[in-house]
Amino acid sequence: MARQGHLQIDRVSKQFRVSGAPLHVLDAVDLSVAPGEFLTIVGASGCGKSTLLRLIAGLDTAFQGNVILDGQRVTAPSLDRGLVFQEPRLFPWLTVAQNVALGLLNAGLGKAARDRAVSEHIVLVGLDGFQDAYPHQLSGGMAQRAAIARGLVNRPGVLLLDEPLGALDALTRARLQDELQRIWAAEGITMLLVTHDVEEAVYLGDRVVVMAPRPGRIAAVFDVPHPRPRDRSSPALAGLRDQVLAALEATTSGPPPTGMVHIASRPALAEQVFLPAE
Amino acid sequence: MKRALRGTVLPILLLAAWESASHAHLVDPRILPPLELVAHTAVYQVTDEGLLRNLAASLLRDMAGFTLGTLAGIAIGTILGLSRIADRLFMPSFNGLRQIAILAWVPLISIWFGVGEAAKIVFIMAAALIPVVLNTYEGMRGASTQLVEVARTLTFTRWQLVTRLYLPSALPSIATGVHLALIYAWVANVGSEYFMTIGPGIGGLIIAGRERFQMDLVMLGILILGLVGFLINRGASAIEARLLRWRPV
Repeated sequence: MARQGHLQIDRVSKQFRVSGAPLHVLDAVDLSVAPGEFLTIVGASGCGKSTLLRLIAGLDTAFQGNVILDGQRVTAPSLDRGLVFQEPRLFPWLTVAQNVALGLLNAGLGKAARDRAVSEHIVLVGLDGFQDAYPHQLSGGMAQRAAIARGLVNRPGVLLLDEPLGALDALTRARLQDELQRIWAAEGITMLLVTHDVEEAVYLGDRVVVMAPRPGRIAAVFDVPHPRPRDRSSPALAGLRDQVLAALEATTSGPPPTGMVHIASRPALAEQVFLPAE
Repeated sequence: MKRALRGTVLPILLLAAWESASHAHLVDPRILPPLELVAHTAVYQVTDEGLLRNLAASLLRDMAGFTLGTLAGIAIGTILGLSRIADRLFMPSFNGLRQIAILAWVPLISIWFGVGEAAKIVFIMAAALIPVVLNTYEGMRGASTQLVEVARTLTFTRWQLVTRLYLPSALPSIATGVHLALIYAWVANVGSEYFMTIGPGIGGLIIAGRERFQMDLVMLGILILGLVGFLINRGASAIEARLLRWRPV
């Protein structure tokens, strides 16, 4: 069987109407993602990176162009494409195991197979022993692990991650980055990670896509040829990070007022842009 | 435990005041009979007059009206909360109708349904229905759009969306409505026994006591109504806490 998870984004454009005036969120975005690739997307806020992920997920179908997964045009959400949001978005009245099992609700598995998949994925994300905990009993990092398990449990060809680690503290974030990498390697699936953290993008990605705002478009694509496991502090990775950062900065150095305001509204990004050294 | 004991201080003081007022002839014992007379009447009513049968009749009728009203209320509240068209069509009328005091319906209900058990159950049902509809409606409206998005990515069907997302997320609100419905239903039950006096029930006991000027019987009836109401409220709180144990405290 051919490897699943080949994603093709074909001249995708999207407009919103903001108080009557059209706003170009995405403008003719072209992108091809190989099966099993780990692709990361960075960009200033308003560049449409989250919108792009929502279109791929099938949550929003009012756009021009095509999103094609393994030869099939995307027209609606499907269990082939898992989506993890910035917030864990767990159902508060269900336990961790029940939340993860939601991912299999419409997968057509028998109860035994479902239970097995759920407990396997709970172990995979390191939540063993917490299957019966309710979301309010979990820390932010644990809740996000549960959300990742829910996105993965159906073994989708593509996992879409919309800044899933953005709200976590630095230590938890670093740990979950390694976990994501390990899961990606273990499952062999295609991952698309949207982030505002350039270091994260370079550390995790096979390729890093830099998007520019107004209209949202791809400004640059960087290959990250470094073998895994990678060393966060390696000079080669740091050099690449600086290149990506420079490309990112270039996307927002147009008319300053609006661009600057948007960067400043994202503290983590502001830090990276203005204080690139660690 | 200490708090529960503290809650009994006032009732005990009131009973003591009642007892001493009656014995000291501060009040005519015919108006305020002493406690032992009420107790004696209670025993007599249980052994010779079928008090328990009356109590059972009241409780059964209450539960019937409450159950029908609650189930209908959840169904109506769900439809109003989830369907924009139903909301626009019916919500204004419902909001208008609920302004009419529940007792104002008694003449209409007794003409339509008579003064027997059916009419009483309809009346109790109407009383239980209103808080359940309103709270279910609010609960459905308050469902998180973020979770709806998760449900869409997991390809929930419409039915799954209602049973696995909207109903559980509305549950705290529905529980509030059901709790109110329990109280309203019991009040309406007493009202129905006052106004539609045919048939067994604790309300009939009180009416009979008034007609025969037997205040011990009236007092007994009132004590029973209060006690049942108290127990219903306690039970409802316990069930609510159990159902909603997933909520942070």
